[in-house]
This record gives sequence, structure tokens and C-alpha cells, in this order.
Amino acid sequence: MSRRHITATINGDEVDFLAEEGSSLLNALRDEVGLTGVKEGCGTGDCGSCSVLLNDYLTCACLVFAPEVEGGTIVTVEGLANGGELHPLQQCFLEGAALQCGICTPGFLMAAKALLDRNPNPTETEIRYALAGNLCRCTGYDKIVRAVQEAASQIREA
Amino acid sequence: MAVIEENPGYKWVGTRPIRPDGLEKITGKAQFGADSILPGMLYGSVVRSPHAHARILSIDMSVAKSMPGVKAVITSADFPDLALNGGSAGDIDMSNNVMARAKVLYEGHVVAAVAANTREQAKAAADAVIVNYEVLPHVLTVDEAMADNAPLLHDGMYTKGIDPKPEKPSNVASRVVHERGDLDKGFAEADLVIEREYTTKPVHQGYIEPHAAVADANSDGRAHIWCSSQGHFQMRAHTATVLGVSPGTIKVTAAEIGGGFGGKTVVYLEPLAVRLSQRAGRPVKLVMDRDEVFRASGPTSGTRIKVKMGVTNEGQLTAADVWMGYEAGAFSGSPVGAAGMTVIACYDIPNFFVEGFDVVVNKPRVAAYRAPGAPMAAFAVETVMDELARGINIDPIDLRLQNAVVEGTQASYGPKFPRIGFVETLEAIKNHPQYTAELGPNQGRGVAAGFWFNAGMNSSATVHINENGTATVVVGSPDIGGSRQSMALMAAEELGISYENIKPVVADTETVGFNDVTGGSRVTLATGAAVVDACRVITADLRARAAKTWDVEIDDVEWVDGQAQHVDGSQPPLSLADLAGKSGRTGGPISATASLNARGVGAAFSTQLCDVEVDPETGITRVIRYVSAQDAGRAISPAYVEGQMQGGVAQGIGWALNEEYIHNSSGVMENASFLDYRIPVASDLPMIDTVIVEVPNPAHPYGVRGVGEVGIVPPMAAVANAISDAAGVRMKDLPMSPVKLLEALNEKGK
Amino acid sequence: MKYASPSSVEEATGVLAGALSAQVFAGATDVVPQIRAGRKQPEILVDLKGIKELLNVSNEATHWRVGAATPTARLTENSDFSSEFPGLSEAAGLIGSDQIQNRSSLGGNLCNGSPAADSVPAMVVNGVRAVVAGGSGSRTVPVSEIVTGPGKTSLADDEFIVEFEIDHMPAHTGDAYLRLIPRTEMDIAVVGVGVRVTLDDVGMVSAADIVLGAVAPTVVRVPEAEAALVGNQINDEILATVSAAASEACNPIDDKRGTIAYRKQVAGVLAKRAVLLAAERAAERNGDAK
Repeated sequence: MSRRHITATINGDEVDFLAEEGSSLLNALRDEVGLTGVKEGCGTGDCGSCSVLLNDYLTCACLVFAPEVEGGTIVTVEGLANGGELHPLQQCFLEGAALQCGICTPGFLMAAKALLDRNPNPTETEIRYALAGNLCRCTGYDKIVRAVQEAASQIREA
Repeated sequence: MAVIEENPGYKWVGTRPIRPDGLEKITGKAQFGADSILPGMLYGSVVRSPHAHARILSIDMSVAKSMPGVKAVITSADFPDLALNGGSAGDIDMSNNVMARAKVLYEGHVVAAVAANTREQAKAAADAVIVNYEVLPHVLTVDEAMADNAPLLHDGMYTKGIDPKPEKPSNVASRVVHERGDLDKGFAEADLVIEREYTTKPVHQGYIEPHAAVADANSDGRAHIWCSSQGHFQMRAHTATVLGVSPGTIKVTAAEIGGGFGGKTVVYLEPLAVRLSQRAGRPVKLVMDRDEVFRASGPTSGTRIKVKMGVTNEGQLTAADVWMGYEAGAFSGSPVGAAGMTVIACYDIPNFFVEGFDVVVNKPRVAAYRAPGAPMAAFAVETVMDELARGINIDPIDLRLQNAVVEGTQASYGPKFPRIGFVETLEAIKNHPQYTAELGPNQGRGVAAGFWFNAGMNSSATVHINENGTATVVVGSPDIGGSRQSMALMAAEELGISYENIKPVVADTETVGFNDVTGGSRVTLATGAAVVDACRVITADLRARAAKTWDVEIDDVEWVDGQAQHVDGSQPPLSLADLAGKSGRTGGPISATASLNARGVGAAFSTQLCDVEVDPETGITRVIRYVSAQDAGRAISPAYVEGQMQGGVAQGIGWALNEEYIHNSSGVMENASFLDYRIPVASDLPMIDTVIVEVPNPAHPYGVRGVGEVGIVPPMAAVANAISDAAGVRMKDLPMSPVKLLEALNEKGK
Repeated sequence: MKYASPSSVEEATGVLAGALSAQVFAGATDVVPQIRAGRKQPEILVDLKGIKELLNVSNEATHWRVGAATPTARLTENSDFSSEFPGLSEAAGLIGSDQIQNRSSLGGNLCNGSPAADSVPAMVVNGVRAVVAGGSGSRTVPVSEIVTGPGKTSLADDEFIVEFEIDHMPAHTGDAYLRLIPRTEMDIAVVGVGVRVTLDDVGMVSAADIVLGAVAPTVVRVPEAEAALVGNQINDEILATVSAAASEACNPIDDKRGTIAYRKQVAGVLAKRAVLLAAERAAERNGDAK
């Protein structure tokens, strides 16, 4: 068994962990780093539940081999709030009832953050396509799209 | 938008505060099924059948057992054979579904399981288990299974519900019938009779969280399971049955559940995880891969349904003749019974004959899926209704209004309806601006309705008043979509304290009384009623304590706005905090438990309006506008009522347009991934407008009916009727995929 | 499985030469599902993203150079590239979700060998060339010659694509790529059509390329449709010929994603639509941009 020592900046902190060379970043984050907010829904990049920002880009952690992140920067849902202060997206998801079971929520929050970081004023259609890589089976997406619209508006006015 | 029949002036019920468990779920702290990590935990992997139907000749585990890190390998030999121990037929089926015994009955059926130090070792060991099969001929559909001389799944299956008992076994587990009046007379009275035949494919609940269980077994026979399910008491009972032990030896802690929709009411992994943990002496985690979820859990039935209905030129339904065959998967138990009860339950039809068959096939055993059985039946009947309305040139909502069941109507399945809100949902859609909005080229509009009973069943709740006057509400119903919030809102209303001062908790099987599953749209109704009962015991107790404090009779004390007040105002009021702080002097801690079997279930109706646009050259259908009107009884938590309505519609649109199990001729599922099993993505759907209709259920303290399920009943017919309006073709087979729609358009163009 | 991240082309070919079974990858968006499904079990994973040439995008005098591992999102957000090659840019942008787009690449999309790869018809109509590196040196090959069948390429075991050369779009020329998927996103093309059209001064078609995806073991060119266009004004009659020729050129299979009849019919529909879109773009391009 070959476990590689990997160092990456995760949610602002330098973190060391060991991972099998062929294992996914998703398994490494969950099993080795303890960040179980990153969820597995499919393991094949089709559901977006494991969405993280890897070197600032939205990525499915299940499609990344753990050794690829050596020296890289990762932000997960656990790193979205600024200390005790929730990100506007988190606040708007809460207030807008944009989650039911909550399993897809971490992935949606990361995908929505990636969208708003590059496009602070997206149309409904742009939001829907930007979130198309994230599956939700509970909400029908209505309240998620509205929460992202509301968060975008709050961020623009802030 | 809500149609409020009356406003009783609630302070908390009907508001939209932040849900109690929200923060954990938007920060990644919430612990779902696969999130538990125990010291020394092993990873499990499951060996599954590659064949749809085969006899297991031998299983060679020797190589797997000798591989690095492997701690346990189990097969059916590690479980009691319930057939030899006097187990019920249902228990034997359940056990054989968890782990195949003599035969595998579907691709994905479990034949062995392993536990090892790492995931990779477990997977490698599972791959090294050698199973020898004798492949048998298989059946995949109702037609194949019911054919003469069809291969049999179960040699001892004789159709129930046929008198006399059939002489030969078959793949038909049972037959159900509902009938009234004189069918021939009814059709003779009709001016227009429409007769159609429909098929639907198995579809999966599609929860995003795969099944997961962690078990830690002790050497004394006790075990602790952490799993995501719709009912941890059910998981306890079923696991105990499969393992042949007392439920009291098993403790189940409910993890947060990442969606279920009925599909997480069944044990798959839990008994395997416990047995592996016992054999290995270490905790074991088992998590399904997505393809295992598709191949071996869920789905709901594929069906063949024939409907013949008659109507007079004046719009009076005269007769309905319905034939339904529902695939059960590998073991009996399709929802054809519920289908038979719901199929024409929206309408008062004097003459009908409804016949249904529960048919086993070599596919995964079906599990409940949101209003189980009703959506496919409604697809058939509600599209016939649309044809009837157009045939006699009457507005489709008016036809439904004219024949709608109301309070006092004898339901097609038996009882008289109490107060119900079907007519109100029809009127809500008729009055919605979308009903008369202009349609563009290639656009069309469809309406459909649906019915679901809702369930009551058993619930328990305990309410503790903390020393500062805040409250803890302890329930045993897993919160699948916001039920903690509705519990807290009702408790706040009863206790007269702030919602924020109430902490709802979903407790494990050893910490709260028994609860049936979170299903049947029952939790807000039944567990809510238990919470209300417990709160009322507490407020009575609080009044007694105030009476004692003031040395007056209890009848002189009222509980108003969270305070004990003397009826004549002669005493300064005592708040809950006052009473709680001094509870030691008035009889000790304040707490109450209520357990009940919920009666007075309120039936739910939904009417939905769908606008589509069809590309006539490619057969692509896009849903462009959608409204759902549903009778919630009373919306305790309107934001989450809307969420249930929208979610049901979205699943229904997926079922209508793209979702299906695709099996090849060998009985192997070809699209066991979210890439090829196409549930709707955000860009596939429009905003889904909701109209919460509130016709309170008179039998519930807050008028609750239950809202989780009926929303998925109308969408397939609503979409089909809209497609017909847009493109002039009647789609009778689900899904209405681009391939099928273009075929139909080509046929029409000939 | 071992993991290697060579930092130069030479180092990479060395790793490949020494491996029994190696899998090169850029975004791994196809490789991971294949490994998970047990269809691939390489001894070593070779991550090509450490080689800077493979991530380069540059606009040179006669052509663009696009590194084979460049995430498609980095390519499509390059406004100069996307305005010059809207069809190719849109095709690249259709490969999966935003999450996938940050990993998927033209090199991966091509070398995965799927008949349904979205970027391939768009690359072929634009005459894109692949610069291939290997143990025996470098060679430049038309993209149309890379894929030889489903999952199969003409690359040797120790070869991989370093970059693509894309000649600048000529004046009065436009490209387009249209595909059919049942959903609006997150699907594999049931039919894909790439088109490039050049118009002369009077709006007559002077050059045309039409290439279909997902309707045969590899992408297929439709010479009859191209011939019908060249020398003619685009009109309904010509478009009907294009449609019929596109349908005829299909050699599809019935599978879980579509039927033979459906694919043939819709290939004709999309070919017609893509020709109109490409011609519209050609009419708007005066040839200044590059």
C-alpha cells in the first residue's frame, strides 16, 4: 500500500494528510481531514455534492486524485463562513428555506459562491445553468434559485 | 399565495422562521448516514449478482478471506433461515432481499459482504469472492411475467385474491378489486367512451444521499447502528428480524437523512453491517455506490394500465373500467393496492370496476415512492379525463368540478369523505392567471388532479421544560424536510413561548417512545399531534402548579400567552420561566410524554397546471410554466409546505419526461448513474408556483392534512395533457422522451 | 495505483515508456468514472497538468495554440478565442457542468474516444491539428485522424497530445456546433453537428464543412451536404438536401440514449440549423478579427 504525504491549504490552514495515490480528494477530505461536509452523491462528477473550490475553481472533489492537490488551496463548505459570520449565501439559504434534506446544500453553496464571485448579477437562467451540475431532489430548485438571487442582491448592495 | 378559509390568529403556526437544524446543514456540520467515523472502524463492500435470475451453486470465499486487511466475509449462511424458523412470508422476503439465499432474483441482489481495514481492501476482497451461478430465464415486465409458461421467480407463489385458489403457481402475487354499480349500464348511458392503454417504467426516488450504515456490535450481542433512514425504529425492527434477535438488543441512532421519498423505509445495509461487525469485532461502515443505489434499492413499479371511462354530453361521468398490472420487483408488494384505492378517488362515478395485479419480475424489489402507486394510475385516468373533456367540448377543470368528490361522497375505496378541499384546489387553478395566459407557438397547457390518503400511524413525543422556561421537544421521527420546524411551531403555539426557545430533537430508539416511519405524509399530523398532546399535559400541569402556588382551584387558572393567569386577574401572572425556575417546590421537573395512534387522517388533493413548449422537429419538451394548488389542511410551516409541493412537481416532471430504468435483454440495468438516469437539473425547470389551499382537517388540533406526497400524483398527466395541447399527440407511455414524442409526431404527420 | 506528475514532455514520455499500464489524464472527468466502474485499472496515473505547454493558450500570427490539458472553462472565457471560434467555444463549453468545465480539456475530450465528444466535430470542421509527443519524437496530426473507434485512438502507448493548432478563422467564415440532449445540461450528446461555412461577396457558400458526432463509431463528415452547399445560396431546397444527406451519413446504433431512427432524423434537423447559424456568423465576420 502506498500512502503519499500531501500538504495543502484547506480552509485557510496548512494541512497535512496521507492518502492512497489513486484515491480521490473527496475520500481524503472526508476520511483523512475530517471534512465530512463534503458529500458523496455519485462519485462520478454527476451530482455536484462534493463541490469544492480547488485553487479558486469549482471542482468535484470526487474527480480529483488526492495527490493533485499537493501545494494547492482548497475551500470547502466548512470554510465558507467567516468565523462566526455566515456567508450571505448561507444566510439566504436559511431564510429562504432553500434546503430540505440538506445533503446537496454544501455543494450548492460552493457552486453558487463560484458563480457570484465571477458574476455578481446573474439572471435566473444564468443561475440555473451555473447550478446545473448540482442535483437536488427535494426542492425543485425554486427556492435555491431565489436564495441565490437574494444573496447576489445583498452582496451587490454590501 | 394561500387561500385561507379562516384565520384563527395563530402566533407561530403559519410563520416562516429559520429552521432549527438549518445552521448545521449550511455549515457542513450535520452528520448524515456516511459521516460517522468510529475508532477502529472497518469499511465494508458488498458482492452483488451480475445476473437477473440465477441459482447460486457455490460461493468460494477462501481467496477473499486471505487477502490483506480482510476481517470478515459473510453470506446467507451467516443469517438465520427464517423459512425454517416459522418466519412470516413478509419477513422471509425481507431477509432474502437483504441477502440472497438459494437464488438471486435481480441484477444487484446481494450474495456476500466483506469488511476490511480500508475501502480499497474491502473492494478488492469483494471482487475476489467467487460465486458460481446457474443462470435461469428471467422476466422483466408485467407482460412477460404474466405470460403463459413464464419462468417463475417463486415456485410457491399462488395468486391471492382469486377464489378458488389457482391450481398453478405464477408470478402474480395478488389481485385486488374495487367495484360499484353496473358497468354495462354505466357505459350504455355514456355519450362518449374513451378507452386507452398506458405503460410506465420503474423510476427511482433519486435521493442524493446513498444508503449508508455504520454498526458497532458488542460481544454480548448488543449492537448500535448509525444510519440514515425514514424510521430508525423500523430499521431496528427489521434488522432484528433478519438477524433473528430481539429488537431490544439493537440501538439505532438516526443520522440526518439525505432524502428518502419512501425509499429509505427499507433495510438493505443495516443487518449486513451488524453481522460484519460481530464477525470482525470492530465497527463497520457500509455505504452504497450510486450504481448500487440504482441497481438494488428503490425503485417504484413499472406498470401497464388500461382505462375505459364514459361521460354524458352534459359532463356526467357514468362508468370507469380500470385494469392495472404493477411490477413488484423480485418480491411481492407493489403498491397496486393503493393504486386501486386512489385511481378514481377524485371522482364520484356511479359504476366502476377496478382490478389490479401485483406481479413479480426480475428487477429490484420496489420500495415506497411518494404516494406509492397513485401517480401512474393518475397518469392514465387524468389523461383520459382530458380526452373526455375535449371530446364533449367542456373545460377540463369544469369536467372535474362537476364530478369532484366532496364532503359526504362515498369514496371509490369505501368510506365517506369528511371535509376535503378538492374543489377548492380546482377553483384555485381555474382562478390562477396562468390558466388564461396567452400561449406562444408550439406551446400547450394541461391540467391534472390527484388524490392521496395520507397516513396516521404511531408516534410518541416527549417535551421537557428546562429550568429557564425554554423547552426541548423530543421526537422519534427523522426530519427529512423540515419537520423539526413544524414540531417547534406547534409547541410554541401550545406553550405560548417563542419558537426560538424551543429545541426540537430527533432522538435514538432508546431515548424516545416508538415511532413509525417518516412517510405517508404523517409526521406533521401524527407526531405533531403527539407533541401537541404532550404540550397540553404540560400546560395542565403548569396550571396546577400555579394553582398550588396561589392556593386556588386549577379551574381558576388559565394558560394564556405563555403565562398562568388567574381568571379574575387577582394574582400577578406566572410565566413559564417563573414556574420552571421554581419547579422543585411544586412537584419537581416539568415534563410530559404522549404516545398515540393517529386517527382522523385528512385526505389530500392537488390540482396542477402545466405549460410546455415542444420542439416539433426534435421531440424535445420543455416545461415553461407550472402551478400547483394543494390542500394542506393547515400549513404549519408554509415555506416547507411549498417545498414539498415544488419537490413533488419536480420529481413528477422528471418521471414524465426522462426518468426510466433501462434494462438490456439480459436484465442488466444500463443507466445506473445520474448521468444516464436523468433527474431534472436546475436549468430544466421553471419556477414552480404554489397555491396553498387551506381547508383544515377537522380531526387535527391544527387542521393538518399532510402535504408530502400528493404533489407527485398529477404532474405526469399534466405534462402529457400539455404536450397534447401543444403538439396534437397523445402520449401514453412514460417517459415522454424526445425519441417517443418524435415517433408520435412522425406518426401523426403520415 | 501510483500517481506521477511530470513537469516536462520529456519526463512524461519517460514515465510512459517505463510503465506497464499507464493512464495519462488532464481533468480525469472520464477517467475517474471508468476506473470506478472497473473498466480501467492502470498501474500508474500520469497527470499532464504539470507540463506548462499543455496549459498554454496563445494567439499567434497564423494560428491559435491551445494546450491539450487546458480546462475548457479557461478556453471559453478567452473572449478573443470565443469570438473568433464561437462554434468551437460553445462545443467545448458544453462538456459538462461548471465543475466539469474547470477540469475537462480538448485533449481529454478527444482522446477519451467517445463518438459523442462535443468538441470533436467542432474541431474537425475547423481543421484543428494535434501536436503529439512520444518516445520517438513529435508529430502533427489532424484531429480527424486521432480517434479510430469508440475508446480507441491512433496514439501509441507512450504518446499524448501536447497542444492543438487552430488556424485563424478566414474572412466571411463562421462555425457552429449544435447538439441534442434530453435535458438542458449534464447529458451526453444523442446527436451533435459541427458546421463551418465560408461565404463569398454575394453570400454564396464558397466552402463548407459538416461533421456529425454521436451517430457513428467516430465522427463522420457529410461530403454530400458540403457539396450541396458550395456554390449555392442557402435556401430551403439546399437545406433540405443538407438535412437528407446528414441523415443518410449516419451509421448509428440503438442504445440507452437514442434510437437509430431518432438519431438519423435529428441529425438532419440539427445540420440544417447549424448551417444557418454558421452562415449567419460568417455573414457577420468581415475578416478583421483574429
